[in-house]
Amino acid sequence: MSHIRRREVLAGTALVLLRQAAAKAGVIAGELPWAPNTESLPTAARPGPWFFFTTAEGAAIEALADRIIPPDPETLGGKDAGCAVFLDRQLAGPYGHNEGHYNAGPFEKGVEQQGPQNPDTPAVTYRKALAALDEYCLHAHGGRSWVELSAQDQDELLHGLESGTVVLPGLDARKFFENLVRDIQQGFFADPIYGGNRDMCAWKMIGFPGAHYDYREWVGRHNERWPHPPVGIAGRPAWNPDRS
Amino acid sequence: MTTRLPAKDAVIVGLGWTGSILANELTDAGLDVVAIERGPWRNSATDFAPNYAQDELRYRIRHELFLRPAQTTFTFRNKMAQTALPIRNWGAFMPPNGVGGGGVHWNAETWRFLPTDFTLRSHLTQRYGAKFLPADMTIQDWGVTYDELEPHYDRFEYLCGTSGTAGNLKGRIQPGGNPFEGPRSRPYPTPAQQQPFSHTLFGKAAQGLGYKPFPQPSGNLSRAYVNPLGVRMGPCTYCGYCEWFGCANYSKASPQTTILPVLVRKPNFLARDLCEVTRINVDGSGGRATGVTYVDSSGQEFEQPAQLVILCAYTIFNLQLLLLSKIGTPYDPTSNRGVIGRNFTHQTISDVESFFDSSKFIFNPFIASGAIGMCIDEFNGDNFDHGPHGFVGGGYMGQVQTNGRPIETTPVPPGTPKWGAKWKQAVRENYLSALKPGTGVHGSMYSYRDVYVDLDPTYKDRFGRPLARITLDFHENEIRQNRFLTDKFAQIFQAMGAKQVVKQYRLAPYDINDYQTTHLCGGAIMGTDPKTSALNRYLQSWDVPNLFVMGASAFPQNAGYNPTGTLAALAYWSADAIRTRYLKNPGPLVHA
Repeated sequence: MSHIRRREVLAGTALVLLRQAAAKAGVIAGELPWAPNTESLPTAARPGPWFFFTTAEGAAIEALADRIIPPDPETLGGKDAGCAVFLDRQLAGPYGHNEGHYNAGPFEKGVEQQGPQNPDTPAVTYRKALAALDEYCLHAHGGRSWVELSAQDQDELLHGLESGTVVLPGLDARKFFENLVRDIQQGFFADPIYGGNRDMCAWKMIGFPGAHYDYREWVGRHNERWPHPPVGIAGRPAWNPDRS
Repeated sequence: MTTRLPAKDAVIVGLGWTGSILANELTDAGLDVVAIERGPWRNSATDFAPNYAQDELRYRIRHELFLRPAQTTFTFRNKMAQTALPIRNWGAFMPPNGVGGGGVHWNAETWRFLPTDFTLRSHLTQRYGAKFLPADMTIQDWGVTYDELEPHYDRFEYLCGTSGTAGNLKGRIQPGGNPFEGPRSRPYPTPAQQQPFSHTLFGKAAQGLGYKPFPQPSGNLSRAYVNPLGVRMGPCTYCGYCEWFGCANYSKASPQTTILPVLVRKPNFLARDLCEVTRINVDGSGGRATGVTYVDSSGQEFEQPAQLVILCAYTIFNLQLLLLSKIGTPYDPTSNRGVIGRNFTHQTISDVESFFDSSKFIFNPFIASGAIGMCIDEFNGDNFDHGPHGFVGGGYMGQVQTNGRPIETTPVPPGTPKWGAKWKQAVRENYLSALKPGTGVHGSMYSYRDVYVDLDPTYKDRFGRPLARITLDFHENEIRQNRFLTDKFAQIFQAMGAKQVVKQYRLAPYDINDYQTTHLCGGAIMGTDPKTSALNRYLQSWDVPNLFVMGASAFPQNAGYNPTGTLAALAYWSADAIRTRYLKNPGPLVHA
């Protein structure tokens, strides 16, 4: 049973949360309610072209991902690790639309301790910010767009966003950059079913075993390095040779 | 149109820890009981199965098991002069949702409060004099003593199978346990959990500094256990997906793993899920509850009449329901009158991150459970002389490293850039050799005149009801307490051989973005005087004697421990009073 489920997760389809969609008030009495195939499975990122980004936006995010997590000889960078794909699927899903958040007005600015009070969803903010970033580059860098800048110029611009010296019209650019860094790094470290952390590269980089679930034999083994490769929710390639 | 249902002996609002305990006790007494739960039914096997429960993005970052603010939230401000704004996504605390409540995703840190915590104002006044307390501090005695609660703490621990080392057995101090704890009538039901490397180092260093470290009492079990109800639990596998997550191994004590399998099979019990109680109904006199009104997931409204109403929701939802149902006088901080919303508190948490030589230390932070700590209690409650320090209160502190999940737990030394090649390299170098306790300094928050809950004048929930409004800020007493405790805590990591120790003090103003704990307390407090408490010592409403209000909303102030052990003990204490006294002679159990 669990093996079949793992494969479905890997296939990346048929993972709609049927259970939640169908959740209706009920009466529980007499016995614990249980029905087959009612697992609350995760919604994996589906392969394919961009869901949320335009082609140009996707290229810009990939370039951003590679500055936030640059490739090095041992570990993939943000782009090849799939962080842009991760973010694309997140923005196309509940995260992008603030689903489940309290979205009723009025929206007042308040003080920072009162939490974000922004009527724009992440999807709207990313769209605005990527357009504004290109607009800024065209003016500041002689007609070149963000992706056309050298890595050094890109880093300089990002430091400007981070420190607040580069201002983008129509949004809080500093806050946007802070959230961008957070989102890209989340994609790097989240389970690979969400589109980032390709081949569990981030987990291998730090020595995190991933979804491994039983360390009873290891809790008493002090100061020893965990010797096994990581495993994800969908297993690892060696478990599914027909799909690797 | 409202459908009126057949009357029940008792209706329970919310099926978390206290709801499950009360339902089980009252059905044992022969009552016909219905529990109404706002969230969904949750089963270990289907809701957090071991082939997908270990998902940091879904559960920790996107809050899968928690209440959605779209369903209802609170407004927040630091000071009375500010306009409160809605909490649009959770930050400082995480309201639970669904059957099992907070018992599903808690760490399972299962403490008892200190005997002096229950007589706080009299004790501190006697030891230090009334002038030692800040003028606007409104701490109170609870009206119940540790000795009265001891049998009920014991019942909860044996229900859960709690793993720990006793420190005080019937007044005799035991080696390896917490020497400051109140006397317990018997040892913990199961021995303490095994300790990972960093926890044992912390224990040695603390001992070297003259402290008496002990393993944290844990509801994640060190071995398999069958509880007195006949429900079987499995041993914890130290998976590191505990707090914020449901346990897939039946190893973490929760209503699901300790009570519900027995409760659900009783013919005199039924539960309704995905039904939200919108008000407690009272009769024309205002002195008697007639039942509750609730709305199901299709929007249909029902009235459930009952002889007894037991409010078992999360702290602030208890308060909101009392305020919306106009039961008890709302608290007014200006006149200092009224009771509902009074003495609202949270917690004073801080942490210390420490960095060790990566060629000598491999901590494997992912080998963990939610309550796997080596702790010291020298600086909790009034375990030390506060006289020279100019503050009251305290907390336990410990190396309670609950996880190595990498979105949350990839600490880097101060000065490291937040992104780029240097950040990546610092994460790689430090992951296995850095320590970041999930619970570090777990300090008390005492109550103040200007920290309270009332109804918001502007923002509404999806039914158009006013949201509860929180007015809350840190006071100087707690800031001083935290500085003192954090410094003591950091010294232990220095003694462990860390090359760098980073103190993260808790500072004012209170920030709704920054997660501390989900231990909101007070607002419908127990006490001995109806002018300053909503409930008598049995958690019975002074105003409506057939209404009992469970949970941490009854705490007059928050102590330096996690609250679940105490709120569960209070639930058993209250259930005992209902069974042995109230049912024989329904009416006030205490005459004011």
